[in-house]
Amino acid sequence: MTTEPADDRPPAAGPSANLIAAVVVIALGGAAVVGAAGLGSGPGTWPTVVGVALVILGLILAAQARRAEPPERFTRSSLLVVAAVASMIAFVAVIATIGFEIPTVLLAFVWLRFLGRESWRTSIAVSLGIVVVFYALFVGALDVTIPHLF
Amino acid sequence: MSSVIDGFAVVLEPANLLYCLVGVVIGMLIGVLPGLGPAATIAILLPITFGLEPVTAVIMLAGIFYGAQYGGTVTSVLLRLPGEASSVVTVFDGHALARQGRAGAALGIAAIGSFIGGTLSIVALTLVAPIVAGFALDFGPPEYTVLALLGIMLVSTISSGGRIRALTAAAIGLLLATVGRDDFTSAERFTFGNLSLADGIDFVPIAMGLFGLGEILYNLEERHRAVQAPTRVTNVWPSRADLRQSSGAIGRGSVIGFVLGILPGGGAVLSSMAAYALEKRRSKHPERFGQGAIEGVAAPETANNAAATSSFIPLLSLGIPANATMAVIFGALLIQGVTPGPQLVTEHPELFWGVVNSMYLGNVLLLIMSIPLLGVFVRILRVRAAVLAPITVLITLVGAYTVNNSIFDIGLVIGFGVLGYLMKKAGFDPGPMVLAFVLGSLLETSLRRSLLLFDGDLTGFLTRPISGVLAAAFLAVILLPLARTLLRRRHPKPSREAEGQADSSLPAEGQADSSLPAVGPEGSAEPAGRSVPNVVGAAGGDQRRAGPVSQQTVRRDPNPEESE
Repeated sequence: MTTEPADDRPPAAGPSANLIAAVVVIALGGAAVVGAAGLGSGPGTWPTVVGVALVILGLILAAQARRAEPPERFTRSSLLVVAAVASMIAFVAVIATIGFEIPTVLLAFVWLRFLGRESWRTSIAVSLGIVVVFYALFVGALDVTIPHLF
Repeated sequence: MSSVIDGFAVVLEPANLLYCLVGVVIGMLIGVLPGLGPAATIAILLPITFGLEPVTAVIMLAGIFYGAQYGGTVTSVLLRLPGEASSVVTVFDGHALARQGRAGAALGIAAIGSFIGGTLSIVALTLVAPIVAGFALDFGPPEYTVLALLGIMLVSTISSGGRIRALTAAAIGLLLATVGRDDFTSAERFTFGNLSLADGIDFVPIAMGLFGLGEILYNLEERHRAVQAPTRVTNVWPSRADLRQSSGAIGRGSVIGFVLGILPGGGAVLSSMAAYALEKRRSKHPERFGQGAIEGVAAPETANNAAATSSFIPLLSLGIPANATMAVIFGALLIQGVTPGPQLVTEHPELFWGVVNSMYLGNVLLLIMSIPLLGVFVRILRVRAAVLAPITVLITLVGAYTVNNSIFDIGLVIGFGVLGYLMKKAGFDPGPMVLAFVLGSLLETSLRRSLLLFDGDLTGFLTRPISGVLAAAFLAVILLPLARTLLRRRHPKPSREAEGQADSSLPAEGQADSSLPAVGPEGSAEPAGRSVPNVVGAAGGDQRRAGPVSQQTVRRDPNPEESE
């Protein structure tokens, strides 16, 4: 893995990726127009205007898809992002029931050891350090009402 | 006048002094560290500001913003790795000077230039802002409608990734702003029956998600090189000859920075490039630029600080944020129950003058700290991105909860974080989206009020003098580039001169082509790429695209970060 140039962004995707982005924009604009129609004139007028603008912008994007700068490709390292998001969703899912301490340690550890490829020792030390500081700061000093175990 | 002096009394309160110091130190740190830019940092720290007085909160946030302009220089000069996008042009001569063993002189002149540029800009801000505000007191809904549109348009024009993409992002921002109860009829819009959405989407999760988390996720994909320990910096004081050579550049840089900073969409990046280009054009020996010309460091570093300061003028006097960072500070003020606008000077003089005057102090603090603490900041560079990422992400998640004690808000942050990441992947700058979201309800409300005023007649905007002028400017911003595109199609190769003048859509690119030096065969500075002309992001979330400038000076560790 060290043979690739480090610190580089993933390679560019093809023009079809631009097209997908354009379609998403058109769909969003269309949804806004449809949703606004249900609101009637008054509250619905402005969302309609914005929705129509989005559809037009999306059509222009689609027309330019071939010439425009292509988006970045999703690569294997994009899986890191998927894992990161999954870890955060898990964090949110359990924080209300078991408090923030254990999820915080686990999330920090996962990010350090598996996403950041830090050593076991660093990962454990830093993640424990984070939770101690957070506890002192949010529960001790700021007295925030975050759900906590201890 | 007495309110100006009262403002100093506000600044000298111990809490405000302390948070001013905290702000500029954080600003310098994030300026040095690759990873987060000022908009992202301010967004992440928003929850902390809730417990503070409004004036204290803004003093700290402002300190982060202009402090980052100081910090960004250090890595440009020493490592050829711009810490902030606004320091990209500093790399050319700053690093050349460092290689000649004159890194100290480059950093010293940058600190002095920053101080002078920042201070002159505050003096001008002190004089100009109340006048603008007084003028704007007469503004009615039609003026605000056009002003908000013009602001969004200008910001989109200079954004990275192209105008259409920026406008698309802005339109999505406007759409997000409509979620929730309608102010006029209290009809629920796009809430999908969700009670948490009835009051609209909060600004904080949007800013934290799009800027903060989006940036963190985007950086995860990037493998960071190990940073080489830089050479020791000695003799930070520039020589008398250096000072003499730079004095003109500092003066001109201050003016350019101040003027470009006021314009919506203008800001630190654009002004640093313009100042550099001007110095090179004026110089009798333009070939010195890129070889270690001290003016090449002084001009952009002065200009970016002057611009960072003057971009507060539209926010504090009109209530229109000029760039993404200002949009976040606007949001911070709203949360504090203060609506920025022309009435701010008269209704909250202690806030207005407290914030403005804190900048004098902050600049003094930065000048004092930046020189002796250089070594400390350089050492901070060794903290690995892999260690910083979980810390920032947890601050973001826990911070998002503390705003409303709402788990739903954490979910929103994650959602907007993913959106911000995807937008960046697809080449859409999230800056215009946040800005448009902030201005969205102002824009809709003033538009609908205006239409009531005009009985639904759109030409009413053109017949009122101020809104008419603003509308003309708005049309010019749209039509000029369109005309240029049409002309270009007719004449495939227009002269560079004409193109440079008509090109309002990509000013940085025009300048980059004509006046910025190439970075040399090994360099990859790409000032015209999607990274650098990003003025919104410059102040805003997208600093990191400034990217590494040379592979030669930053040695690649054969076994990065695995050999612990």
